[in-house]
Amino acid sequence: MIAAFALILVCQLFGEVVSELFELPVPGPVIGLVLLFVGLLIKRKPPKVLTDAADNLLMHFSLLFVPAGVGVVTQIDRLKGDWLPIAAALIVSTLLTMVLTAFLMSKLLPRAKPGERLEDGQ
Amino acid sequence: MSETDITQLWVYLSAKPLTGLTITLVAYAIGFWLYQKSDRNPICNPVVIAIALIALLLKVTGTPYATYFEGAQFVHFLLGPATVALAVPLFRQTETLKRALPVIAFGVLFGSLVASASTVILAWALGASPETLASLAPKSVTTPVAMGIAENIGGVPALTAVCVIATGIVGATLGPMVMNMARLKDWRARGFAMGVASHGIGTARAFQVNETAGAFSGLAMGLNTLATALTIPFLWHWIFG
Repeated sequence: MIAAFALILVCQLFGEVVSELFELPVPGPVIGLVLLFVGLLIKRKPPKVLTDAADNLLMHFSLLFVPAGVGVVTQIDRLKGDWLPIAAALIVSTLLTMVLTAFLMSKLLPRAKPGERLEDGQ
Repeated sequence: MSETDITQLWVYLSAKPLTGLTITLVAYAIGFWLYQKSDRNPICNPVVIAIALIALLLKVTGTPYATYFEGAQFVHFLLGPATVALAVPLFRQTETLKRALPVIAFGVLFGSLVASASTVILAWALGASPETLASLAPKSVTTPVAMGIAENIGGVPALTAVCVIATGIVGATLGPMVMNMARLKDWRARGFAMGVASHGIGTARAFQVNETAGAFSGLAMGLNTLATALTIPFLWHWIFG
């Protein structure tokens, strides 16, 4: 467990260092994600301690958003000033992205097998 | 205890990191309990409930956000390692990925660009300030990455965090309804679109509805995180200088 967590931190640290060193606009953890993913592809069978550690970290992924989200209290003025563009972007753009992407993928993906489609009355 | 005693006690407690940390976990536990009580209704999102409870507490007690964050930073810190850990669920989708790689890569790039371009154009047309635009642009990727991107392109990370969470909730609650109206019935396409447009919150919702949708949603979320982090900052600096 400790080793697995250490490995995850090493990947992140590597990512942060690379991001800083080459002044990349990509956040360090994303580079760490790519590094770990490539490592898993090479290893093929990831050790169970690693997958357990990752699953544990991700099980309550949404909890980790809370401290940053509470930062909304420092943004009240900005939200008041720009409420219309923010609300419009959040609702219209999110739903537009979803419908267009779903439409594109339903045309491009190989034909759906039975059970891969929402049947009428379901 | 008199009111001054309580005030003094709060002044003492609020200066301790332990308080901010405890409040975060307790508020989230309450939010999660309500979420389960509501039969996992996406409107009762545990993150929203926790944020509302804590914001209210800070307001009532007059505690500055910085004081709260001294304790909450221990939870916040885990966002980095958790982002790295996304490699594991992504790896589980390797087989799917191999089978339809060009289609999936194209779909992710398409979704990522539609998400940020439509957001920026719409918000700009409605008169948003430049900082708000930069804060909104990465709203469809998971919070830690979106905050990193926003910081890089001149946005306000705290505002981004709020917008990302709101995006997830909009997608999870209204998304399936709108896709029904558009008569989109392929579970794979529906899940994929949920992951691209509304990241982890959308993925959690997709898994509840259908296993195939959930798997495609997780895949799309992971790849979209990469696609957006790798394209938006470069595009932004290229377009806006």
